[in-house]
Amino acid sequence: MSTYSEQTSNIKENMISKLLKNIGKYRKETILAPITVIVEVLLEVSIPLMVSYIMDIGIKGRDTNAIFKYGGIAIAMAVVSLAAGALSAIFASRASTGFAYNLRKSLFSKVQDFSFKNIDKFSTGSLITRVTTDVSNVQMAFMMIIRVAVRAPIMFITALSVSLSTDAEMTLIFVCAIPIVVIGVAVLGKIALPLFEKLFEMFDKMNLRTQENLTAIRTVKTFVRENHETEEFRKTSAKILDAHKKAEKIFVMAMPLMQFIMYGVLIAIMYFGGSKIISNELTEGQFMTFMQYMAMILMSLMLMAMILVNMIMSRASFRRIVEVLNENPDISDKNADKTLIMEDGSVEFVDVTFGYAGEDANNVIEHMNFKIESGETIGIIGGTGSAKTTVVQLIPRLYDAISGTVKTGGRDVKEYTIKHLRSAIAMAPQKNLLFSTTIKENILWGNPNATDEEVETAARNAAAHDFIMSFPDGYNTELGQAGVNVSGGQKQRLCIARALLKNPKIIIFDDSTSAVDTATDAQIRRSIKENLEGLTVIIIAQRIASVMDADKIFVMSDGAIEAIGKHEELLKTNTIYQDVYYSQQQEA
Amino acid sequence: MEKAMNKKFDPKKISVILRRLLGYVMREYKLQACLVILAILGSVTANVAGTYIIKDVSKSMLGIRDGSEVMSTLLVNIAILMSVYFAGVCSTFLNGRLTLNISTGIMRKVRDDLFEHMQLLNVQYFAEHVNGETMSLYTNDTEVLRELLSMGLPQIINSVLMVIGVFAVMMVLSPLLTTFVIVILVVMMLTVTKMSKKGRKYFIAQQEKLSKVNGYVEEYIEGQKIVKIFCHEKRVKTDFNNINESLRQAAVAAHTYANVIMPVMNNLSFVSYVLIAIAGGLLVYFDLLGVDMKDGIAIMIAFVPAARQFSMPLSQVAQQFNAILGATAGAERIFNFLDLPVEKDNGYVTLVNAEIDEDGNVTPTKEHTDKWAWKHPHKDGTTTFVELKGEVCFEDVTFSYDGVKTVLNNVSLFAKPGQKVALVGSTGAGKTTITNLINRFYDVPDGKIRYDGININKIKKADLRRSLGMVLQDTHLFTGTVRENIRYGRLDATDEDVYAAATLANADSFIAHLPNGYDTVLTGDGSNLSQGQRQLINIARAAVADPPVLVLDEATSSVDTRTEKIIERGMNKLMQGRTVFIIAHRLSTIRNADVILVIENGEIIERGNHDTLLKERGRYYNLYTGMLELS
Repeated sequence: MSTYSEQTSNIKENMISKLLKNIGKYRKETILAPITVIVEVLLEVSIPLMVSYIMDIGIKGRDTNAIFKYGGIAIAMAVVSLAAGALSAIFASRASTGFAYNLRKSLFSKVQDFSFKNIDKFSTGSLITRVTTDVSNVQMAFMMIIRVAVRAPIMFITALSVSLSTDAEMTLIFVCAIPIVVIGVAVLGKIALPLFEKLFEMFDKMNLRTQENLTAIRTVKTFVRENHETEEFRKTSAKILDAHKKAEKIFVMAMPLMQFIMYGVLIAIMYFGGSKIISNELTEGQFMTFMQYMAMILMSLMLMAMILVNMIMSRASFRRIVEVLNENPDISDKNADKTLIMEDGSVEFVDVTFGYAGEDANNVIEHMNFKIESGETIGIIGGTGSAKTTVVQLIPRLYDAISGTVKTGGRDVKEYTIKHLRSAIAMAPQKNLLFSTTIKENILWGNPNATDEEVETAARNAAAHDFIMSFPDGYNTELGQAGVNVSGGQKQRLCIARALLKNPKIIIFDDSTSAVDTATDAQIRRSIKENLEGLTVIIIAQRIASVMDADKIFVMSDGAIEAIGKHEELLKTNTIYQDVYYSQQQEA
Repeated sequence: MEKAMNKKFDPKKISVILRRLLGYVMREYKLQACLVILAILGSVTANVAGTYIIKDVSKSMLGIRDGSEVMSTLLVNIAILMSVYFAGVCSTFLNGRLTLNISTGIMRKVRDDLFEHMQLLNVQYFAEHVNGETMSLYTNDTEVLRELLSMGLPQIINSVLMVIGVFAVMMVLSPLLTTFVIVILVVMMLTVTKMSKKGRKYFIAQQEKLSKVNGYVEEYIEGQKIVKIFCHEKRVKTDFNNINESLRQAAVAAHTYANVIMPVMNNLSFVSYVLIAIAGGLLVYFDLLGVDMKDGIAIMIAFVPAARQFSMPLSQVAQQFNAILGATAGAERIFNFLDLPVEKDNGYVTLVNAEIDEDGNVTPTKEHTDKWAWKHPHKDGTTTFVELKGEVCFEDVTFSYDGVKTVLNNVSLFAKPGQKVALVGSTGAGKTTITNLINRFYDVPDGKIRYDGININKIKKADLRRSLGMVLQDTHLFTGTVRENIRYGRLDATDEDVYAAATLANADSFIAHLPNGYDTVLTGDGSNLSQGQRQLINIARAAVADPPVLVLDEATSSVDTRTEKIIERGMNKLMQGRTVFIIAHRLSTIRNADVILVIENGEIIERGNHDTLLKERGRYYNLYTGMLELS
């Protein structure tokens, strides 16, 4: 147990220092917020004291001046305290929103620096949650820390010490009550937290199932499984009801427990304070302040418990954020020569081994060797899972090989800066994606400085110009949710135009014309060949027609290159190629 | 933005929603709800009575000091105080437990209702709403509702009773001081409402900016790999920071207002506390309370905390008010969803097991046979039985989803039992619409579509769909074992049925290679399988249902040609002896269809089989030879 908590405290320290860096230029506000809170609390605690003077000196002593004097002081205190409180609110808002701003910024730029491998590790869905929901949670927690987490203990300490100086014996009543509160809260928390964790897990499962049902609603309906699904849902929701009651039952205890303690203390004050008033050891005013301090002390204890629960609840968010911040991008310019420029578009694999999981038995490709001359057109054919995409992703260093060397332009890809390497290699990936902006803006991704003519040329070469012009707004047509929907084939052609605008030395088409008809597909290949001389073209395709004219065709199977050759050769010698060819030949 | 502003406060609507919500409470928890109110009343009474008793306690101890009273009165008063408080604690506990019972019970009921209703909705709803929107009914909206039920409403009842009770005690203690308290409170309440009104405006602005940031994050992290390939990291970072900064500015304003309310209220209550002390002091001093000094001080001891107690529930109500607005918005969304019309089904022709003799006479049976028949009750009281064969006939069907744009125009087709009908055409041509009409996801006027000669609008939807098998491009597998997923096709299928279906679909061999075979657990829509494997399970699922009519909608579009061959082999076996509607992207899949229909803009423009259509040299010929793009 102790080693465990030591470990976690170590991790926590690490986490905290990592997060604190994100306060950045909002440090002033972050410090001022608790300071103003302290001022506010000190004044608040003093006010009941002033009121006791009004009572004891003013009323009992029949001194109107004293009533006004202490009353005036108390009101002034309240006004200053109000100002301090308002300031603390302003500072805390600035600090916490600034902190969230910085945190979002560092998370987002961290993700920008991630390699594909880093992204795979977290998955995009979880990265999105971390930058959005988790940041909001941490922001709330941060605000709590610089305000409430300062307020509660300070109020606790000052109220306790003022009462101590007024009457030490009476203060004993509080001192007795405190451990009861602490133990009570701790016990309740200890029992309730695991129950809540279990409950949340059940909720997650139920939501997952609901989500599945929602996406598969047509399946549900075609199989007429509505009642079956509803029944299953009812079963889960009944279980959740039980778990929910069981967990919350414990929390329900907290309120009466707190009341019990508060009333107990009140009665104790009444009794002991009353006896002291009778024996003239305590004045009426002091008696009244004790009742006020009791409220303050117990309230601050309750607040501290609340903070604790809140911190525990947001702990997961803290951890998830730090995980991202701690992740080291595994591809960097460390060994790069900043001045090195890629000479030509040749590609070479020397004894390359790679696996997505790192160095273990599940390597996707092992000891792969091949060479592509600059300006060649290469076709790659192979079934799903034959590692075609994996091979081409190593060329622009989207992943690093575990061993062996990937060379472009005759040099190891690691010698170039990533920026230079990737701008020299264009890629129209399998999972193509356009952003919700105009067509032109999307194509401009290839080269932000391109002129309108260059954009048009790229679009023409990708056989996209005509259909773009068929939209009322032409190149300024908005894509995505707000704009028009383009068909799958049109989308692919826009992605090709975007890649072409880069004016690269090597271009990779990863199954990126699957939804384009064969005639247009051929037209795109032809215009690239004619208009972009010396460009190395690598085409991954399902259709033999797309790779038939290539200088060389790689036939891949199970992570290995089975054969390399021209169409005619492969047709004679390679059984896989024959298989694929004849399965498609029946078509035409 | 405007929408959000408009919905800020409409007392009528809120009361309607709250009343409906209370309906939920009253239906099953009438007694418990009454007990809750009693318990709250009890705990408030204890609190308030306690305040009053404090005066007596103070009076008696001051009396003992100057010798006018004896110790026992103090002890009696303290004993009374103790028992009153004890009753208070018990009521609080009772209140907590009962509220928990009611709120969790209602939450469960609401969730069950939501889910059940969701199952009954027309597919149109799902076509028009993104899933996230529906999911947030289950998560966010039920959560705010729970808060309203478990905290909001009881607290408001508590606060209101408290205000009334404390007010009464203060009036009894000193009407003069009470009026003073009221004046200060009015000032406080005005400040708070003004500030929270302004704060709400900024809050809405913040929410808007926040959803913008979240939207950006979603889009660009989703497209992160593209960002990397194009080295766009820097520009994306800059863009992000701009909207991030605008969020920060909006958030500062929103949070400042929200945060300032608490210290302002708190300190104003201190001001009132001091003012009351001064005023009380002066009143006692000048004997304006009409009591002697001792009583005066005792009143003060009780009154001053009471005054502070009075302001607390009031500011709580002010804060709860915002929460109620939020919760009613959530409740409104839930109720609106529950009010959506469900899929209508006036069908009365049902599917029954039957025996069919050599002469084709159909007799219904109770026990499970391999044959099925339509049980068709007629208006004249007779019932006929028609063998389920799988004959589908469209007669001049014209259809539109929205009543504006015609999707199908005078489509007629006839599929004989066992025939294979292929639908070809571009996206949006109306191919999927045809299948949507066959299984009555959408309805057409009577008599236009007939199934085994019966008007399909007369057939009970559940029975109609049970007789149809659908294999779609999007394979939807559920979290669970492979076996469970296949069995989804027919819940009473035995293990042998499942294995047979898998074998038929050519899925058996790969399933055998999974780590736990048929008991391998699939998660995340079968993300641990390849697309081809998912599709094979999908086909096995359709096979186990053993339907006479099969609809294959782009079933092999997202797999490579070799995998497609494997799937096709599975499907060919499945298609034998069934009426099949097949929609395919790759024309190779449909070559051997009995009838090929080329559909364009909702009309059948060509019809025939592969050879005749090729000879016609029309649209089909162009598509087939790759002259035209099909996407």
